[in-house]
Amino acid sequence: MGRYAIRRTIQMIPLFIGISIIIFLIIQAAPGGPETTLLATGRFVSPEILAAYRVRLGLDQPIFVQYFRWLGAALTGDLGYSYTSAQPVLTMILERLPATIQLMLSAYLLAAVIALPLGVYSAIHKYSILDYFGTGLSFLGIAMPVFWFGLILQLVFAVQLGWLPSSGRETVGDTGLVDQIKHLILPATVLSLLYIAGWSRYMRTSFLGVINSDYVRTARAKGLRERRVMLVHALKNAAIPVVSIMALDVAGLFSGAVITETIFAWPGIGRLFIQSMYARDYPLLMGIIMMGSILVVVFNLVADILYGWLDPRISFD
Amino acid sequence: MRPPRTQTQIIWDKFRRHKAAVVSGIVMIILMILCFGAPFFAPYAFDAIDLRNTRQPPSWQHLMGTDDLGRDAFTRLLYGGRISLMVGIFAALVATSIGALVGAVAGFYGKRTDNVLMRFTEIIIAIPSLPLLIILSSYTQASVVIIILIIGLLSWMATARIVRGSVHSVKRQDFVMAARMMGCRNATIIGRHIIPNVMGPIIVGATLGVGAAIIIESSLSFLGLGISPPTPTWGNMLQDSQSTMSTKPWLTIFPGLAILITVLCINFLGEGLHDALDPTVRSDQ
Repeated sequence: MGRYAIRRTIQMIPLFIGISIIIFLIIQAAPGGPETTLLATGRFVSPEILAAYRVRLGLDQPIFVQYFRWLGAALTGDLGYSYTSAQPVLTMILERLPATIQLMLSAYLLAAVIALPLGVYSAIHKYSILDYFGTGLSFLGIAMPVFWFGLILQLVFAVQLGWLPSSGRETVGDTGLVDQIKHLILPATVLSLLYIAGWSRYMRTSFLGVINSDYVRTARAKGLRERRVMLVHALKNAAIPVVSIMALDVAGLFSGAVITETIFAWPGIGRLFIQSMYARDYPLLMGIIMMGSILVVVFNLVADILYGWLDPRISFD
Repeated sequence: MRPPRTQTQIIWDKFRRHKAAVVSGIVMIILMILCFGAPFFAPYAFDAIDLRNTRQPPSWQHLMGTDDLGRDAFTRLLYGGRISLMVGIFAALVATSIGALVGAVAGFYGKRTDNVLMRFTEIIIAIPSLPLLIILSSYTQASVVIIILIIGLLSWMATARIVRGSVHSVKRQDFVMAARMMGCRNATIIGRHIIPNVMGPIIVGATLGVGAAIIIESSLSFLGLGISPPTPTWGNMLQDSQSTMSTKPWLTIFPGLAILITVLCINFLGEGLHDALDPTVRSDQ
């Protein structure tokens, strides 16, 4: 087990290098480059200044030299400087990180609290009203564009009913917890929808898969109460695949956050990403997308290890 | 004793039993006729500006109201659907072709080829796709063709993995060996003998891909990176409406509903096709 985890971790290294090369090449292929950011200020920039600027940023070097420079610096935690604000990229990302983590965590918990019980209930009471409701909900959740769901919620709860604020993370001058939670409700709901839809289906399917197995029948035959059979014996095994899918989805939340944060003007990394895209701030874009990729790879590994750890039938050799 | 049925009849019988898929299929056919026949069905021209009738709520003259320039929202929805559906269908075609090719080659040749292609697939999967799509579409002034290519180029990975797995199991069967002994070239074996056998998952993947691509197109348009006005798409209609959502909600509600219904139907269709094309699902149960 321990050796398996170490082997998988080592296997991640070439994957990371591959990812960084692809991202680097894509960012390099951008039209314009840093000069456009400089020229966009509207001031006159002489060719000499422009050339000096390129040398200072290392843009006059061959592309592989630039890559290794970037990689070497990145390994020491130096992701370069933002073209627009001249701050270190890492500082800017870390500054926005708490807001994004708060949003992702809330959405994640919300999805788990709704989806898992719904899935279990749907499996036990197959073809009940709530089961059909859950099926309908998950089909709708998967087919609905996330941003449209966000707009509709804003329209209903912020504009029409006026119950909740439509955007931002807090009201200026109000640092209370209630205010924060109010700001969190709509974006967290929007971000969680896709996961409620997916997880409740997985949970239902997985639960139905174990419900007829021999060990469940044995537990019943021993005279255990139905409640205990279902929620202890059956749930334990049914939860294994669901848990590993939930680990995989942590990374997916990052992509979702880009759209959600944009709709609700949530001051996190997703919004920073969109802003830096409009500003053609390539070091910042590269830092953010690299971080997203690391998240994907790490949680793939977590999902794999978790799966093996929870399910003793999986052998690692 | 029933007379023997052809393969097509068996598939059709299985598909027909999936009621939601049949209904979805009918809705999609109507929707496609309406959208692709927009010049015949639309009550107005899509760019007909009528400044005396701006910002009208839905009425019998304007089923879905009018926008800031007095353009009929229903007309624009039909024309927009033409682009959105086209992007969805062709992006899914591009993605499926690449995925099937990569998967078939990797699965058929195995060894190093397989290793290189699948590691490459893994790398592309690991990069968050929406941010990557956003960066790529910000490079160009997006046209319909460019958006189709960008979405297609970043959506083939799941198909590649599925096809690789299927090819892996099909290639050891006797009929492949027979084809090889008859002297078929590798390309012929892949194209004639292996691909038709893994067509089921390919078709299902392509169908679901259409829905996914429509959602991606609308998300990019919403961020201002998709196909730009005056050509209407469901995505850029939603983007237009965002600033005036509180006073003219109908402009936000209808294009979103159109996307929702379309993708919902496509997903049901995909599920029906999955049941119909899977030979392990019996038709007489």
